Amino acid sequence: MNNLNLGRRHWLGAGAALAATSLVGCAGMSTSGPSIGRVVVVGGGYGGATAARYLKLWGGNVDVTLVERNADFVSCPISNLVLGGYKQMSDITRGYGALKSVGVKVVQGDVTAIDVAGKKLRLAGGGELSYDRLVLSPGIDFMADQVGGLQMALDSGRVLHAWKAGPQTVALRRQIESMPDGGVFAMFIPKAPYRCPPGPYERACVVASYLQVAKPKSKVLVLDGNPEITSKKGLFEKAFKDRYSGMLEYRANAELKELSGNVAKLEFEDVKADVLNVIPPQRAGDLARSTGLLNMNNRWVGVNWLTMESTAAPGVHVLGDATFPAPLMPKSGHMANQHAKVAAAAIIQLLKDQPVNATPVVMNTCYSFVTGREAMHVASVHQYDDKDKTFKTVPGSGGVSAAANQIEARYALSWAENIWADSLAL
Amino acid sequence: MRITLRRGAALFALFGAIGLAQAQDANLARNLAATCANCHGTNGQARGDMKPLAGVSAEKIVAMLADFKSGAQPATIMHQITKGYTDEQIKLIASFLAMQPAGK
Repeated sequence: MNNLNLGRRHWLGAGAALAATSLVGCAGMSTSGPSIGRVVVVGGGYGGATAARYLKLWGGNVDVTLVERNADFVSCPISNLVLGGYKQMSDITRGYGALKSVGVKVVQGDVTAIDVAGKKLRLAGGGELSYDRLVLSPGIDFMADQVGGLQMALDSGRVLHAWKAGPQTVALRRQIESMPDGGVFAMFIPKAPYRCPPGPYERACVVASYLQVAKPKSKVLVLDGNPEITSKKGLFEKAFKDRYSGMLEYRANAELKELSGNVAKLEFEDVKADVLNVIPPQRAGDLARSTGLLNMNNRWVGVNWLTMESTAAPGVHVLGDATFPAPLMPKSGHMANQHAKVAAAAIIQLLKDQPVNATPVVMNTCYSFVTGREAMHVASVHQYDDKDKTFKTVPGSGGVSAAANQIEARYALSWAENIWADSLAL
Repeated sequence: MRITLRRGAALFALFGAIGLAQAQDANLARNLAATCANCHGTNGQARGDMKPLAGVSAEKIVAMLADFKSGAQPATIMHQITKGYTDEQIKLIASFLAMQPAGK
């Protein structure tokens, strides 16, 4: 319900912007010559924004409309630093203005329904958009019903997820700041797969880093539904032990079953905390579900990796966290950006009736901070395998940092600056 | 103009070495180079602490990446990433980035 409520608020706020949508599709966006087609991109995160940008960069005369619910792009990567007080919201927020200046039509609003057969979609407020090809980058939504009392707790605002950067990030920072010295910050990690595998462990470190200075008697309790740390395991174990022993306690196989007041119930024990941060179990975003695209475990969207086209709906290209991943492919902003480039290149070829790239490559780097000023990475390169029709990591490639350090923290922030510019045409 | 000619000659030499099939896909080099953009900027026009690659000669990029791949040049991450690309792909990436204008 929490997401629906948020959605409704955005609908109301977006009323003025939506009034303008009847114009969409009239004026051509082409720089010169006839348009080769109309592409609508839904969702302006790492995947959708990049797709819109690269369709214009590589396609030229493609009409590109980006529909995004929020006024600004707020990055999940780096948002844990806001929780620690090391960065401000303004540091992780960027506008869509530069995308407009490269010819992308940006519409702030919510999509209520997609008509796959009719190649059109409906916007809240009544507008309609037709397309030749649709790019859907819906991110994740939560399966809150898997934990008793979670939906109610999220709705009340008492329990925060902060797994979509924005108002939740601000609110969780506030909860952490108002925690008493000697208080308990407890966070719950869902069973994989979920968005950003190392993200929860980074959050635990960064919050502990803040508390060590600001409220040194406090405790960070990391309750993991997984049998072990799901990413950068050795490095996080080292950080927990070397930097936060005494303050941070990690427990594996600690799946959250029920929430009641400020008590979290696990299988064999109850946990009381001053701040309960629950990262709920996840699936592809609501719009992918309502469009009937969740053909993998009723949870994720299967795609053709040469085009990123949904295996459930022709003409609909799905990016990012919502997809059922190729082996060892993480749900990350970086990967969503890479998906978007595969999709953009393929869509342009398809609109021109030309063959798509038969040998795409995607790669991922993901930096995690272990303090306010030290970070470490994991990297992977994925080549398309024609025989198995999927991306596979290249044997011997990729890996993790030797150790977290300040140089990698500088690279982490530069990564953010560069990928934001790349995705948003800054 | 001289620069363009020189780059064209370098490109020709590179393409000559990698076979006609790949050279025919004019977009392949562009698509491969785009996998570097998350850190090194769109078309290699990097910001911050990342190394700009736009307009750097193809020979130099190929040599740098070969050194990362072999371990001759120590790195935090590039030794891991370069091992994910074939030498032919690295040549294509270098040829594309070399032709890009330097960043703002």
